[in-house]
Amino acid sequence: MYKELGTFSVLYCVLARDIRVALRRQSDVAAVFFFFIIAASLFPLGSGADPKLLKAMAPSVLWVTALLSCMLSLSRMYASDHADGTLEQIMLSNQPTVLIVLMKILAHWLLSGLPLVLVAPLIGVQFNLSGAELQTLALSLLMGTLALSLIGSIGAALTLGIRGTGVLIAILVLPLYIPVLVFGAGAVNAVSIGMSANGALSLLGAVLAMALVFSPLASAAALRIALE
Amino acid sequence: MVFLANQYALTAEHVVGVRGERLLFEKLNFKCSNGTVLYLQGANGTGKTTLLRTLCGLSKPYAGSISWCGENINSLAEEYYKHVLYIGHLPGIKEDLTALENLQFSMALSGTPFHLLQATEVLKMLGLARGLNLPTRMLSQGQKRRVALARLWLQDSPLWVLDEPFTALDVAATELLKKKIETFANAGGMVIMTTHQEVIIDAPNFIQLRLDS
Repeated sequence: MYKELGTFSVLYCVLARDIRVALRRQSDVAAVFFFFIIAASLFPLGSGADPKLLKAMAPSVLWVTALLSCMLSLSRMYASDHADGTLEQIMLSNQPTVLIVLMKILAHWLLSGLPLVLVAPLIGVQFNLSGAELQTLALSLLMGTLALSLIGSIGAALTLGIRGTGVLIAILVLPLYIPVLVFGAGAVNAVSIGMSANGALSLLGAVLAMALVFSPLASAAALRIALE
Repeated sequence: MVFLANQYALTAEHVVGVRGERLLFEKLNFKCSNGTVLYLQGANGTGKTTLLRTLCGLSKPYAGSISWCGENINSLAEEYYKHVLYIGHLPGIKEDLTALENLQFSMALSGTPFHLLQATEVLKMLGLARGLNLPTRMLSQGQKRRVALARLWLQDSPLWVLDEPFTALDVAATELLKKKIETFANAGGMVIMTTHQEVIIDAPNFIQLRLDS
């Protein structure tokens, strides 16, 4: 008979499949990406040509739009797997549900968070940000968007199977998103007034570490309840 | 053959099923061992699906216990799941992926290595030769069902839990599936299934259980 697949091969398979499904439905992925670009680019057009004002509002505008775009795709995180029965198979996998959930979160981040991190410095140039500020912006978004995907997963799992989930997810996860926003935008603000970003970035890292530990556990538990 | 070497037993003791506020079944006792086909019968809404989901560990019984080789399935968790192949109402198939990609994923979840040639052979045998590289969205209900059922030929779990496996299948596929269940049971496998079709399965130990009586 055959040899059982190892944990890593199974987890790789989960990740690869989620990305493959998303790439066959490019419009969903593209919607998040373009929402971010459009929303963030409209601010400089609407707020007049004062470079100082632009520079001052850049961190908050970029961070808030990134946060909202991440939230756009949250409700889809588990919904289609729930609708077609894949979630039942995931629960009955011989690998721990927590690890599979972590892979699904990672796939979500790769598809909706990472593209924002890559494009944000380009948009930052529109806001007259300096090189050091752009670097901090990218770094804070890199950690921050991963934390957003992790925290959002809890909301997505808790609201599974309920109608009109969009608003409910927002209400559930927004309070948890606030620290990410405060420290993320705070890091860029610190650099622009000539201070070190280390403090804010460390706190952001702490939020990320907490989310990394607790979010898969909470999501897996919520999914189990949703299926009962 | 494969499973005769290992002795397995699934035991249900005083299992009570509740859905919402409604009592579905109570004090259910049975024992399945190698070669058993347990055929659950009952009208719509009598709790067949609830019982199947409870038996494979997706939901906990309201009262009573279910044990696998003497140990409670809820405490075995993953150790138990690797012995179970559950095919429910929902086929667990992603419409954007092809039949082969779907199979690869659902087999990976249960730790089974995927061999392209072998999987292609099985899908061809099930009459899906022309749809191999199409997204499953293009397939009919019956064809999707066949993609989900293909795992029965590719995995070797000792316990199959099948919820209405014959739904949407044509006469030829029904016959093929019935033969497969018989071969499996005769090789020492266990099957727990529901169906509204009239089928008689030739197994070493064929048990019929009515939930509504």
